[in-house]
Amino acid sequence: MRKTFIAVLSAAFLLTAPALAATKVRIGFITTLSGPAGVIGKHMKDAANLALKDLGGKMAGLPAEIIYGDDQMRPDVGRQLAEEMLERDKVNFVTGVIWSNVLLAIRQPVLSSGTILISANAGPHELAGKLCAPNFFSASWQNDETPEAMGEYMTSRKITDVYLMAPNYAAGKDMLAGFKRYFKGKIAAEVYTKFGQSDYQTEITEIRAAKPHAVFVFYPGGMGIQFMKQYAQSGLRGKIPLYSVFTADETTLPAVGAAAAGNYEAGFWNWDLNYPANKKFVSEFRKTYHYRPSFYAAQSYDAINLINSAVKAVKGNLEDRKGMIAALDKANFASVRGPFRYDVNHFPIENFYLFKIVKAADGAYVRKTVKVIFHNHKDAYYKECHMTK
Amino acid sequence: MPYLLVLEEALNGIELGIMLFLMAAGLTLIFGIMNLINLAHGSFYMVGAYVSAATFAKTGSFFLALAAGVAAGAVVGVFTEIVVFRTLYRRDHLDQVLATFGLVLFFNEAVRILWGPTALYATVPRFLSGQVDILPGAPYPAYRLAIIVVGLLVAGLLYGLVAKTRIGMLIRAGASNRVMVGALGVNVRLLYTLLFATGAALAALAGLMAGPIFTVDSGMGDSVMIQAFVVIVIGGIGSIRGAFVAALLVGFVGTMGRAFLSPLLATVMAPSAADNAGPTLASMAIYFLMATVLFFRPQGLFPPQAR
Repeated sequence: MRKTFIAVLSAAFLLTAPALAATKVRIGFITTLSGPAGVIGKHMKDAANLALKDLGGKMAGLPAEIIYGDDQMRPDVGRQLAEEMLERDKVNFVTGVIWSNVLLAIRQPVLSSGTILISANAGPHELAGKLCAPNFFSASWQNDETPEAMGEYMTSRKITDVYLMAPNYAAGKDMLAGFKRYFKGKIAAEVYTKFGQSDYQTEITEIRAAKPHAVFVFYPGGMGIQFMKQYAQSGLRGKIPLYSVFTADETTLPAVGAAAAGNYEAGFWNWDLNYPANKKFVSEFRKTYHYRPSFYAAQSYDAINLINSAVKAVKGNLEDRKGMIAALDKANFASVRGPFRYDVNHFPIENFYLFKIVKAADGAYVRKTVKVIFHNHKDAYYKECHMTK
Repeated sequence: MPYLLVLEEALNGIELGIMLFLMAAGLTLIFGIMNLINLAHGSFYMVGAYVSAATFAKTGSFFLALAAGVAAGAVVGVFTEIVVFRTLYRRDHLDQVLATFGLVLFFNEAVRILWGPTALYATVPRFLSGQVDILPGAPYPAYRLAIIVVGLLVAGLLYGLVAKTRIGMLIRAGASNRVMVGALGVNVRLLYTLLFATGAALAALAGLMAGPIFTVDSGMGDSVMIQAFVVIVIGGIGSIRGAFVAALLVGFVGTMGRAFLSPLLATVMAPSAADNAGPTLASMAIYFLMATVLFFRPQGLFPPQAR
């Protein structure tokens, strides 16, 4: 009797184990959860969890699970995480990824395994152009597009004599290159500072001496907090307008406060965009986590819903990768940025907006949407991509 | 070259140097007298900034925030001295580096648990938020001038303490020959604890003054520590005077390098190449300075005598 019981039990285990793997959607989510950039990871993780909760924890009737990994901002760690997720966790999708260098490092193992890779932030130009792939999608933007929007806006306002600043690393140069692609006015100077620099008084003194008409910067994370505060303390805020990208957002504004008031930012998403999905997302996020979601959160929320749209289209048949890729390409879900479609390189064709930093009713400083800069903007690299619709 | 710009940049250098001095003063005393390498000194800087920012957010009083930040630094300093460092004095430097590096990780994670991963909001008090015309047409942030004043005051006080008082005499004696001081019946353990508290409080003061300028976030003390070590190595380990001169030198060289290296290079090479080389060379400038000083004076500029 007992022997039979054990036999039956082990048979049951043997049978359920492989069956379990096929009846669960597994999503690998690589982000940065430790160190100074840990706050970005927190926004992304909270948003992805919220998206899954809204779906009732299920996709096309299958239970779904998100497996998080902390890349510590390091490409080698990111690659190791991706390999673990592919081999040990047998994930069906890999998403997240803040940093372009991490995305480029995990690209090869993930894409060559046939697994679908969805970037919820990074958009290096390589993946939009020569390295574009059928099983890669972006739920965010190509790196150059946001500074392009700011360049376009400043040109349209006939602002000239602009002082450019960015940290001295690959994305810093890409950002200024993107800006210059659309900016037609005169450039007063182009200054690169050390990556991770904390004191900008030296450079701000030079800005004052140069007397430009405007300043354009790219200072993500802590660098942005420091730059904006010191810019205000030097008395230049209000005299020389500050335009920035990826600098003033909900991850940095709580620490900068009034020192950012009146600055301009550009981006593809804002909390006040008038779409039902967006209103629901923002209010639920604030109610659940008691802080304001950033664009990092919006992209992550969209990435999970994008995945859901693909799983639903193939009715939970996760073996049907071709079907899922075809479904992803339709972007058939209620994106918080509003409806968009995919370009041949699987990057969104989407709007870009101008924001101004203002004081909200509750005393916090937020980005207020001023106007649309680009309608349905395409990135600069899609022609280099070998794929077609 | 506009002289006004050079003058302003020089002032920037002094201001940076003063901040570094506050960090380095405690570090050099602890290293020089207790022969202890304390990588966690930057954590006291961070604790000072966090407690002060949190107090300011709660009470809105700048002076309360100042007092709370300095006190927190001293208390945390004394606590870690008693719990951790007392067992480390007799160990070799490698053990000290490992243990204090562990402390850095501990403190970075502790503030993240207590205050969350988002950087804290720290602002300049209203009466220091404006600019002062140091010369006509050269406005300078009042807050940074205040930092210079506070730093000079602290330097003066420390000099008085070390050069004129009995405790200072013991400290100097300790820097020269620790064993002899103990043999003469001085309560070395108490002296060490006091010294540690002072060093930690100075670091906390630097941290809370840095808060409104930089980011108050987990790990904010780590980058300052590297420069503080450069300062004490240049100044001569254990010497307050050395730390003061070296801090100003490091602040000055670093700032001038960042400000004028790129334009200077552009006169001899293509501007785009200078734009690339300038920031890279500038960030190396203080290490060049350290290497040069060490080449000519391996003991640093002002080594304590007769070790």
